[in-house]
Amino acid sequence: MLKKDLGLFLLIVVVGAVVAFLNPRFLSPVNLANTANLVGLFGLFSIGEGFVIITGGIDLSIGSEFALFGVVFVDLLVTYHVPWILAVLIIIGFGVILGWVHGFLVTRMNLQPFVVTLCGLLIYRGVARWYTNDGTAGFEFGQTFPALEWITTGRSFGVPHTFVIFLFVAAIMAVLLHRSVFGRYLFAIGKNEEAARFSGIATKTIIVAAYVICGALAGVSSIFLTMYTRSISPASHGNFYELYGIAAAVLGGCSLRGGEGSILGIVLGAVLLQVLQNLVNLLGIPSSLNFAVMGTVILIGVLADQQLVRVRQARADRAKESLRATAPLAR
Amino acid sequence: MAHSLLRLIDISKSYPGVRALSRVSLSLGKGEVLGLIGENGAGKSTLMKILGGVVKPDQGTIEIDGAARPSLTVSESLNSGIAFVHQELNLFDNLDAGANVLIGREPLLAGPLKLVDRKATKRIVGPLLRRLNVDFDVDDLVSDLSLAQRQLLEIAKALSLNARVVIMDEPTSSLTSAETDRLMRVIGELKADGVSIIFITHRLNEVERCADRVVVLRDGSVVGELGRDQIRRDAMIRLMIGRDLKSLYIPPKSPPGANVLEVVGLRTLSHSGHAVSLSLRAGEILGMAGLIGAGRTELARAVFGVDQALGGEIRLNGAPLSIRSAKDAIAQGVYLVPEDRKRSGLVLEDSVAQNISLPNIFSFARYLLIDSGAERKNAERQRQSLNIKTADVETAVGTLSGGNQQKVVLAKWLSMRPKVMMFDEPTRGIDVGSKSEIYSLMRGLADAGVAILMISSDMEEVIGVSDRIVVMQEGAISGTLNRDEFSEENVMRLAVAHGPEQSAA
Repeated sequence: MLKKDLGLFLLIVVVGAVVAFLNPRFLSPVNLANTANLVGLFGLFSIGEGFVIITGGIDLSIGSEFALFGVVFVDLLVTYHVPWILAVLIIIGFGVILGWVHGFLVTRMNLQPFVVTLCGLLIYRGVARWYTNDGTAGFEFGQTFPALEWITTGRSFGVPHTFVIFLFVAAIMAVLLHRSVFGRYLFAIGKNEEAARFSGIATKTIIVAAYVICGALAGVSSIFLTMYTRSISPASHGNFYELYGIAAAVLGGCSLRGGEGSILGIVLGAVLLQVLQNLVNLLGIPSSLNFAVMGTVILIGVLADQQLVRVRQARADRAKESLRATAPLAR
Repeated sequence: MAHSLLRLIDISKSYPGVRALSRVSLSLGKGEVLGLIGENGAGKSTLMKILGGVVKPDQGTIEIDGAARPSLTVSESLNSGIAFVHQELNLFDNLDAGANVLIGREPLLAGPLKLVDRKATKRIVGPLLRRLNVDFDVDDLVSDLSLAQRQLLEIAKALSLNARVVIMDEPTSSLTSAETDRLMRVIGELKADGVSIIFITHRLNEVERCADRVVVLRDGSVVGELGRDQIRRDAMIRLMIGRDLKSLYIPPKSPPGANVLEVVGLRTLSHSGHAVSLSLRAGEILGMAGLIGAGRTELARAVFGVDQALGGEIRLNGAPLSIRSAKDAIAQGVYLVPEDRKRSGLVLEDSVAQNISLPNIFSFARYLLIDSGAERKNAERQRQSLNIKTADVETAVGTLSGGNQQKVVLAKWLSMRPKVMMFDEPTRGIDVGSKSEIYSLMRGLADAGVAILMISSDMEEVIGVSDRIVVMQEGAISGTLNRDEFSEENVMRLAVAHGPEQSAA
């Protein structure tokens, strides 16, 4: 696990160094702060996605949730004049509920996570567009929320708060995933659900909890994104963002088969994705190639990792073979 | 037989530590039905794998149509006309019957697109199905077919390969008596057409009905052969058993105490027609014998809560238990060491310490955070007391040997004060040294007052380790034996079914 994270870290350093060499503006405080802001925005929900992926599932609905949560959040503030703290709690609660529904459908109704959250992707996007009549939702002229804005879009000592909060959440989630009973159960279920069940673990409850965490973090992220864009066109807001989350998790060492991954890896994955975006901008590559660059780098990264796994597997097999030679066979 | 179609001469095969076959010879004539019987682990599967070309014998000769060779490859076996009807059927149930018969050999339409010629499929498979008198069609989906129909489809597949020798491995184990009758008729017809059949089964009455000759295997050797007029149940049983069992028995320190676990009228999914009742006393090792598929594992799984029981009651120290999941059973101190430790017992990629603490992790946690020091200390303690051979407790369990893996499964439960321990095939695939360690561990637990249920298909183990034996047969308990009644013959008599019609009576 550690080796994987170190490799990713080195890759970020190398890519960063190359970009900085070609365009020194990469290291300018303004650019670094902007990039950190984006890392924070995209990293928050990537962590949630990681939890779901570790159970062997996937959540495709995050981008659409951003549109739906965004228009509801704006409406709560603008039309209903709900105090912003209450509005934030309502949105996070909304995320918890949708996550719970996903988890319920996956564990109790035995639906495939891909199908459940694909339906979520379609439903939430559709509802968001209907909610505003396909219009753009935004704050009224002159409407400000100083405290909320300070938290979500402010900076301290030049560091964007999104990034600070992202690191804070990542630290909590790292303890949860790598040190707590819940995290231990999550990994055990991802690797061998049957053995976990035979050990008396309430596997369904744990899986539902992973979806709930993912939904809650999507709720938190949607508030940051809304305050960042300040207006929401529900047809396009957050489009494809779930794929950023999946990409960050996969780059960070999560296996889509479940049971593998680390928070540090996901954090580094999120950083690498934004550095790549930045690279496209700074090196004058046509921004239409943005996705192509991202896809290529992920593909190369996963391929390289696979080769390493194969080498390690071959070594383990040889060790096992020599063990088997000394133990009698079952019948 | 004057001219044998197939002869095996002095076939031997060893696996590391185990002699699976030792100088086995047998022959099969054209149109002959040969019954092959023997206990679990007598070497039947290995012999069949050699015929199928999957396993190479160490020594011996295989003669087909008089041509001798040292071993077969899979394609040589196929081309010689040897076909298998497997115990676990190898059918694609998402495809139709015709597609399954011709899988990999689909007739094609002319043209570059390689489209499947459906009419030709019908033309080829139709007559085969008619020959077997089946009541389904070429284009029926396999998922709509009953088990018996699928078995017949497998036979049709064998015939489509121009099989001259059809090997049936426990073909009737999941058939009803009417279906078995039909299979017997089909065997008769195949025989009349000159197809030879090797019929492997535990159901001796079926051998009596259809076999021309019976070969009995025991511990990898042919121990006897019976001609048509000698095939009788008691003669077969006498040949199947009769080993000298070396004594593994460690007597208990004190006589068994009160009933700890009582199972009353429990019905499981696999044999929903039979209710099982048994009681387990404190300090005793209750052996549970029976043939594979007799419903023993299903019983243990239902008691442990990983499968839902269909009905019945489970009582612990007289009080009824409601067990809806393994969690409930574990909370009551009822533990299972499962049959397939890699699948159900361990997370192979995780460390020894992590596996041991998994069911009991809250006792190594403070404020829900795991204290890995305490976890490691406990694992270290278990490693010493169980003599688990591993470099250290941080090693991944998957790299340990079978015996040591099993000790890790045991360690999971031993740190949690068991009241009832159920072992399902506790020493399968485990070396002799670890075996005896596990036996003395079991006895130690029993002497400490734990009630132990040991499911085992290993006759030596059942007779050598148990204080009392219950035998299951086709989902029901067919008898209980006390120590003075222990003999291989008595266990076999209770384990071997007469066949569905008698056992239902």
